[in-house]
Amino acid sequence: MSDVKARVTVTLKTGILDPQGKAIEGALKSLGVDGIASVRQGKVFDIELAGADRGKAEAALKEAADKLLANTVIENYRVELL
Amino acid sequence: MKSAILVFPGINRERDMARALKLISGHEPAMVWHAETALPAGTDLVVVPGGFSYGDYLRCGAIAARAPIMDAVRAYAAKGGLVLGVCNGFQILCEAGLLPGVLMRNARLKFICHDVHLRVERSDTPFTRGYNAGQVIRVPVAHGEGNYEADEETLKRLEGEGRVLYRYCSPEGVVDEAANINGAAHSIAGIVNEAGNVLGMMPHPENHVEDIMGCTDGRGLFAGLTAHLERAA
Repeated sequence: MSDVKARVTVTLKTGILDPQGKAIEGALKSLGVDGIASVRQGKVFDIELAGADRGKAEAALKEAADKLLANTVIENYRVELL
Repeated sequence: MKSAILVFPGINRERDMARALKLISGHEPAMVWHAETALPAGTDLVVVPGGFSYGDYLRCGAIAARAPIMDAVRAYAAKGGLVLGVCNGFQILCEAGLLPGVLMRNARLKFICHDVHLRVERSDTPFTRGYNAGQVIRVPVAHGEGNYEADEETLKRLEGEGRVLYRYCSPEGVVDEAANINGAAHSIAGIVNEAGNVLGMMPHPENHVEDIMGCTDGRGLFAGLTAHLERAA
């Protein structure tokens, strides 16, 4: 048992319109950054779990993502233990 | 009419809503703090008002939707109790799973704060009986995330079951791209759940209820609710 560090990444599902990503894409293109084809904006959560084993930590993080961090109607998430 | 207005940190339209409800129904609504676990006994309308609950952190309405009071609202709605969500309240009801879909960032990325026209799609519901079907009303909007989206299947069901009650339109009642202020799917401004007892809408009918506001088109919604509840009582 020790502290576990984790990262949950939330991204928009394919096909969901992302006006913020589009605006960033436009700004990058106008800055002349080479080769930008498209931009999709997402969210990253860095989470520390106290005294959890890795199996339980992963289950807790999935619960956190399903219940709150992601809206699974429009978003996917990925849990990584670091 | 015994209405209850939910109050979350960051909500700012609860007093406008209370004033409109008092004015039209004649009864003072109860203000219910988000940390409560029960609604006042005999509540016959729950209102989730507009504002910026929890500063719109994470996603608009996401944190408020998980507040303790929402379990009571879910149970109340499951028994057929009337629930009205306006603006942030609409976002909260979607996040809480009481309504399908999601309110995305406005398609043109701008916060929109002005009067809009809505076409009332049908008049045979508790939320629209104060209007005629096809009537055009003028009410204000104030939102940055009002772009209603749902998957194709959900949109088909909403349309097929007549659950779109309000749509953005021109002053003449034409529903088209030009009048669709925020890019919402099918120009949707307000929808009900499957059972028809939960309405979410982005515009603010509570802000057009007195002559001093320059327009009273919002009164019909509250007058209709009051008439519906008086008839049921």
